[in-house]
Amino acid sequence: MGFLDKFKEKFTSQTEAVTGKFKDGLLKTRQNLTEKVNDLVARYRKVDEEFFEELEEIFIQADIGFDTVIELVDELKMEAKRKKIQQSELLKEMIVEKLVEIYYGEDENISTLNLPDTGLAVILFVGVNGVGKTTTIGKMAYKLKSEGKRVLLAAGDTFRAGAIEQLEVWGDRTGVEVIKHQEGSDPAAVIYDAIQAAKSRKVDVLLCDTAGRLQNKVNLMKELEKVKRVIQREIPEAPHEVLLVLDATTGQNAMVQAKQFKEATGVTGIVLTKLDGTAKGGIVIAIKKELNIPVKFVGLGEKIDDLQPFDAEAYVYGLFAE
Amino acid sequence: MAFEGLADRLQSTMQKIRGKGKVTEADVKAMMREVRLALLYADVNLKVVKDFIKKVSERAVGQEVMRSLTPGQQVIKVVKEELTALMGGEQSKIAVSPKPPTVIMMVGLQGAGKTTTTGKLANHLRKKHNRNPLLVAADIYRPAAIKQLQTLGKQINMPVFTLGDKVNPVDIAKKAVEQARTDHHDYVLIDTAGRLHIDGELMDELKNIKDAVKPDEIFLVVDAMTGQDAVNVAKSFNEQLGITGVILTKLDGDTRGGAALSIRAVTEKPIKFVGLGEKLDQLEPFHPERMASRILGMGDVLTLIEKAQASVDEEKAKELEKKMRTMSFTLDDFLEQLSQVRNMGPLDELLKMLPGAGKMKGLNNIHIDEKQIRHVEAIIQSMTTEEKQKPEIINASRKRRIAKGSGRPIQEVNRLLKQFEEMKKMMKQMTNMQKKGKKRGALKFPFM
Ligand SMILES: Nc1nc2c(ncn2[C@@H]2O[C@H](COP(=O)(O)OP(=O)(O)O)[C@@H](O)[C@H]2O)c(=O)[nH]1
Ligand SMILES: [Mg+2]
Repeated sequence: MGFLDKFKEKFTSQTEAVTGKFKDGLLKTRQNLTEKVNDLVARYRKVDEEFFEELEEIFIQADIGFDTVIELVDELKMEAKRKKIQQSELLKEMIVEKLVEIYYGEDENISTLNLPDTGLAVILFVGVNGVGKTTTIGKMAYKLKSEGKRVLLAAGDTFRAGAIEQLEVWGDRTGVEVIKHQEGSDPAAVIYDAIQAAKSRKVDVLLCDTAGRLQNKVNLMKELEKVKRVIQREIPEAPHEVLLVLDATTGQNAMVQAKQFKEATGVTGIVLTKLDGTAKGGIVIAIKKELNIPVKFVGLGEKIDDLQPFDAEAYVYGLFAE
Repeated sequence: MAFEGLADRLQSTMQKIRGKGKVTEADVKAMMREVRLALLYADVNLKVVKDFIKKVSERAVGQEVMRSLTPGQQVIKVVKEELTALMGGEQSKIAVSPKPPTVIMMVGLQGAGKTTTTGKLANHLRKKHNRNPLLVAADIYRPAAIKQLQTLGKQINMPVFTLGDKVNPVDIAKKAVEQARTDHHDYVLIDTAGRLHIDGELMDELKNIKDAVKPDEIFLVVDAMTGQDAVNVAKSFNEQLGITGVILTKLDGDTRGGAALSIRAVTEKPIKFVGLGEKLDQLEPFHPERMASRILGMGDVLTLIEKAQASVDEEKAKELEKKMRTMSFTLDDFLEQLSQVRNMGPLDELLKMLPGAGKMKGLNNIHIDEKQIRHVEAIIQSMTTEEKQKPEIINASRKRRIAKGSGRPIQEVNRLLKQFEEMKKMMKQMTNMQKKGKKRGALKFPFM
């Protein structure tokens, strides 16, 4: 078994809790990990090329993307050299810390929602088909409501069969009202009505669903721009957040999605869904580096409470888990 | 990410590889670095990429380089062939049970597109095979999934079997097949809920449905944008259920779709259809060759290889090469080249595809428009033999005569002569470049 396999194994055995649900066990994991890694790394004299090659492969298989992987591994190599981590005692710590540092850059507060202290906040959800927009809205409604906020949903997916009903089910589950029109109607009109309703009902947060669309469909992207314009016309500083929902199983195309949706709607954050599977969604690291769009939440299942704030450290640990 | 950069890199790597005869190990190594990158960008799984490269490298080394190709292109040609072979033949056949109804189960991850694809497949069965399918709503978990299938059913005017979301999917499937039998449906399409391949409980549910209704086909529906994880998903579904085929969805996006290759490699099950849009008639048979090209990218190079293969006359190429070398290229040769080149498709595109063409000065000024070729031919045909061989002697009165003879304005005659001049200059550059490449370089694109 190669060094990295063992390394990975340690991560895996120690990070199940972390990758399952970020909320538990992080601290415990870190303590255990430090202990266990100590005797593991003690046996290794040097951190060699082979080690970094294996690291590279882990990253590639996490969908981080080739260019970014090369950059990351180079930086890690440099750091290892700089800190003279040859006995590899601090290697694991270093890797995680450095990755987290690279991810956050200057600002560690990038993962929180930017909502106004008073008045109506509008959050627009965008993304390709089937990534989990509607489900995320359901979970988010639940979350905000349990924080004591008044929430309203806008059924802006007027295209997909059953989409409105799907959102209504989430409305029922969370006890939140849904503003809707008929299937096939103009999504901008639904959103407009929802804003009026939100204003008159003194709602705190309006969550706007939209139909899934592939980013290369020009007309559909224009439609989205229009939706955004309508929101802006009603409330100049809105939408306060435009969240791109990304499926963690997506590969390199996620970068194109991020680019195009950012261009059309000014995406402010990402919700990375389906992390409860085996995919890592590593492309979000490349997206952060290249487009500076941070992940704000992660989806960890289909249940109402399966939405968690993004924690870069826990996420990086997860990259090494099987 | 740098998809554009990828094309440039490929071009410059191909430029560097010179020489003829057999493909060397070094040629293969250099090219395979590019291929590896291209496949990774396309989301082909790393392990699959490694195996593939190893296998193809072995085959490529020592190959005879075709007359019209460079060693680099020759390697890519082998890669493309192997990719296509790996993709399997075209096989959009759907099982027909000797004892109707034929039962098809749709399975896959959440959000892959199962429900839409179920509707499309039903539509396909009726339109293309004159069948009468029954749609079955067995996704009792996702909110409004049943409603979604019902709406689709209404759109294509087909019945949807449902027992609501309180009945076990195994029972739903069983009852549906009974119902289909009484109502004389010849196909039953079961739309199951999306689930993770590692969700033991839900995977067991699929096994139970399978045991209960003994489906003739189990189609794994996979999103074409899937990344490295595609191997885990496909392998797991296949091992647990024994899938019979794959349907690739959302291929109307701009993903390269490397997941297709990963899935083929780990399951060896045929990819039967691809989804190309949200409308219910946007389902098409899978084309292995098209998919191979898409995954590999390098579209320009691939096209060029095919075209070069198809239409360059080798003897003429050789002769022309010599002329270029000795700079005795005349308007006559040019005329002949034009007719050859015309068989190769749009000229502008062809020019752009030339390795290094972008960097070559003078090329930008040569706008050869498909429509204009005939005019050019007319002009050249109106010249005397002497004029064709020594265009420098064409003075104003000769130009007037040529213009009149060809029925083209005099400016066009001027333009042609200027272009020809530039073209010769460019050839000189090209031959020089080749000389620098040490080995006796063959000129690949004689129409230049
Ligand atoms: N396992 C898992 N499934 C999810 C998650 N988020 C959404 N889904 C499922 O993905 C499918 C598509 O979700 P949906 O919200 O309809 O996607 P939309 O088309 O973007 O609105 C549904 O079956 C959801 O239950 C997640 O975090 N984990
Ligand atoms: Mg939706």
